[in-house]
Amino acid sequence: MSYKDKKFRIVGKPMPRHDAWEKVLGNTSYAGDHEIPGMLHVKALRSAHAAARLIAIDTSAAEALEGVEAVLTAKDVPHNETVTKFGQTHTVGGFEGLYRVLADKKVRFYGEAVAIVAAETPEICDEALKLIKVEYEKLEGVYDPAEALKPGAYLVGEDESNLVCQYKIRKGDVTDGFSRADVIVENTFTVPQVDHAYMETECGTAWMGEDGIITIRASTQVIEHFRGIAEVLGLPQNKVRVIAPMVGGGFGGKEDITVETYLALVVYKTGRPCSMVWTREESLICHGKRHAYKMHYKTGVTKDGKLVAQQVDILSDAGAYVYLSPWILLYSTVKAVGPYDVETVKVDSRTVLTNNTFASANRGFGGAQVCFGYERQMDEAARAIGMDPLEFRRRNYLHQGDAMATGRILENAVETEATGIKVMEMLGEKTVSDKPNIVIGQGMASSMMSYGRMTFLHDTSRSYVSIELDGSVVVRCGVQDIGCGQTSSLASIAAEVLGVDMEDVTVFFGDTSLTPLAGTTTATRMLYMSGNATLKAAKAIRDNLLDKASKHLAVPVAELDLVNHQLVVESAPERNMELEQLVKLCASDGVELFNLAQFNAPAREFMDFTSGQGQVFADFTFGSHAIEVAVDTDTGRAEILKYVACYDAGQAVNKLSAEGQIEGGAVYGLGYGAMEGIQYDRGKTLNPDFATYLIPTSMDVPEIETDMIESGGGLGPFGAKGLGEPSSVPSAPAFVNAVCDAIGKSINDLPATPEAILKALES
Amino acid sequence: MSINITITLNGKKKTLAVAPTQSLLSALRNNAKAKEVKDGCSDGDCGACTVLMDGKAVNSCLVLAPAADGSEIVTVKGLGTAEAPSAVQESFVNSGAIQCGYCTAGMVISATAFLNENPDPTRTEIREGLSGNLCRCTGYQKIIDAVANAAKKNHSQGE
Repeated sequence: MSYKDKKFRIVGKPMPRHDAWEKVLGNTSYAGDHEIPGMLHVKALRSAHAAARLIAIDTSAAEALEGVEAVLTAKDVPHNETVTKFGQTHTVGGFEGLYRVLADKKVRFYGEAVAIVAAETPEICDEALKLIKVEYEKLEGVYDPAEALKPGAYLVGEDESNLVCQYKIRKGDVTDGFSRADVIVENTFTVPQVDHAYMETECGTAWMGEDGIITIRASTQVIEHFRGIAEVLGLPQNKVRVIAPMVGGGFGGKEDITVETYLALVVYKTGRPCSMVWTREESLICHGKRHAYKMHYKTGVTKDGKLVAQQVDILSDAGAYVYLSPWILLYSTVKAVGPYDVETVKVDSRTVLTNNTFASANRGFGGAQVCFGYERQMDEAARAIGMDPLEFRRRNYLHQGDAMATGRILENAVETEATGIKVMEMLGEKTVSDKPNIVIGQGMASSMMSYGRMTFLHDTSRSYVSIELDGSVVVRCGVQDIGCGQTSSLASIAAEVLGVDMEDVTVFFGDTSLTPLAGTTTATRMLYMSGNATLKAAKAIRDNLLDKASKHLAVPVAELDLVNHQLVVESAPERNMELEQLVKLCASDGVELFNLAQFNAPAREFMDFTSGQGQVFADFTFGSHAIEVAVDTDTGRAEILKYVACYDAGQAVNKLSAEGQIEGGAVYGLGYGAMEGIQYDRGKTLNPDFATYLIPTSMDVPEIETDMIESGGGLGPFGAKGLGEPSSVPSAPAFVNAVCDAIGKSINDLPATPEAILKALES
Repeated sequence: MSINITITLNGKKKTLAVAPTQSLLSALRNNAKAKEVKDGCSDGDCGACTVLMDGKAVNSCLVLAPAADGSEIVTVKGLGTAEAPSAVQESFVNSGAIQCGYCTAGMVISATAFLNENPDPTRTEIREGLSGNLCRCTGYQKIIDAVANAAKKNHSQGE
């Protein structure tokens, strides 16, 4: 029997996660829980200005304070200016975002680190920070990307322009497309910067080993930043090690370096171990946010509901440093018209530096902003031609075999239409209001979101699997587990293939010195990439075991299977053998009981940047959300009566975990739609705590009903797709579409707070 | 200057030398090394640091350590063990209520205190009861399931 035809024992079932017990018992040691005898505490002095020239920094008084071990500024960093590397092991030119460890010459954003202090206690750090004298010359700065593009605008960095990059997509001639339209709908949408607001702030420890290796144990989504850290210190890459223990939430916010370089620098300078833990305020002010966008959509439709032209202009606020802005904008550009077949398309996008906090990765990575644009626009267009929103979408959804605006043919499963029909079915008939001040509305949104990195990055992952003499299984894989079940899914896969239970598998993860490098836990790529690598390695061991058993028992491999710790001989069950016995047999005969496998994602060259034609992503996850709201027209409060979501998961590896991703994604996106937004006064963050930056509580969100289609058509293990990011993308437009349906007015700016809803009602 | 306080932490007596303005959260994490108590905001907004103080759920970041002198503190480690987990702990695992796990310690404590007060709650009451504990991963759905399932189990065992 080929493995392909096997009936799963573990995969696809709802299972408690293998990491859940240690977490619920309080045993999991997060990065900030680690203490090292004699460790220093590290804190940063942060700029009180968003735009200023650094005239002088006097650290002498701080250095003289008893208990202070080091005060470091830009001049102390061996390579203070480096660039964010977008590639992994494959070098990609074109976009290199400047990254500065400590502010130098010019301060670019409020809260930028100007100096760091390492001292015996956190209290001495605080004292020392007060003793550092910084002389600033305040500069005007620029806080709006449109202003930043104007000739003569304040220059955020050292370049002659604030423009970071621009893209375009051209499919056919939109002028011709609009000429064939019966109705043209035009709208401008704005979406704010938002924070990841993971419960665990940025934190870590670092130390110098007796072997001279600097080790950083940090809350990160990317242990492979050891390369960048080595570059900052001017050390060979093999002299820096990064460990990521279980991470207390990531959502993209721990994709860039946070505490790592500061910790490494202190170890490098002092030789002493150290710890750095950011406060909630630091976290809300200082790490990268989701990009604020202004998007203009002009849509041409025929009376019978065909999209004939879509023209999109995107202006993205990159904030003070480039970081991942070019890639995020590329994601937005490719996905700007969503999962729809549009006859003619013209997309232009730009991302621009300002003196707001820098923006970078956030769950959805450029896909969430444009989904608000195209899905709001789909509802507005449907309304303009008097067509039901689902029916209008059904006349335009892309299907398997269709070409996107980039010319890329969708060769894998595309179940968007099925998810759209499903969610509206689940939502049911609209509730009838029994109060004059309560109006009811329904709204939906569909989305396409990639899983896996851009194909020209030539992405790879590696995983090592071995089976021990007692039949227990070890996986070593350099994944970062940020809470979505990254390691647990590897345990499921290895257990399934080797015929053991999940608890028989130990997954060693997230250590650049001990686990094979698996790439970043970003881009919804871990199950796809490391799942495939683990599957490949586990299958190789399975093959060795079955081959040995076949020879030993003189039974064809096709009649053998590994089930519940046993070698099963299907034709002669009396000859079944304990797995442990088979493993020992193999061991004594020198059969390899381990395998290190690499999975290579399908790779492509760069897209054609003059036309935007080409393949950027390996595959997409398609899904829909639908919401029913009751809006109180007196207060503007929108109560969600029903929330449903449906995705094509390809193949759920753990049903319980997959549902959890969809539910969590829905609420993460709902915060974006209804509540969240960093507020600035000329670059200064006005809401730097959870009392003023509100995220959804258990009282703010409804019961969420989920459904899954399992097409088996994904590129991941067993045909899985990815859910992490895709699940959060359609929430905001689904919510706002429901509110607009209820009140009969348009809301085109996020967040749609009660105040915004009241304002729309009064318009 | 420091003050000696004595607390019972998960059944064990501990004397801790704390500063007058030190929070109970800091005393638990830094003096008593009870790292299972998590710091999410130090401001009383997120509930990650929730512990039982004389049977009541409190944000330990908002309690001054000297005010906890003589009190009995229970953290998530005091609720159960691998061999004998509490019903709420078991339910959180089986219901899929744990993702990154950082809010879990506080959430489980709040759920335990809540169920002690209200052993047979509706789902809306559970939502109200846990509204002081933020979770960014789960969307709360499976957390509410976990508390409802634990209540059901307690209920059926009680009958």
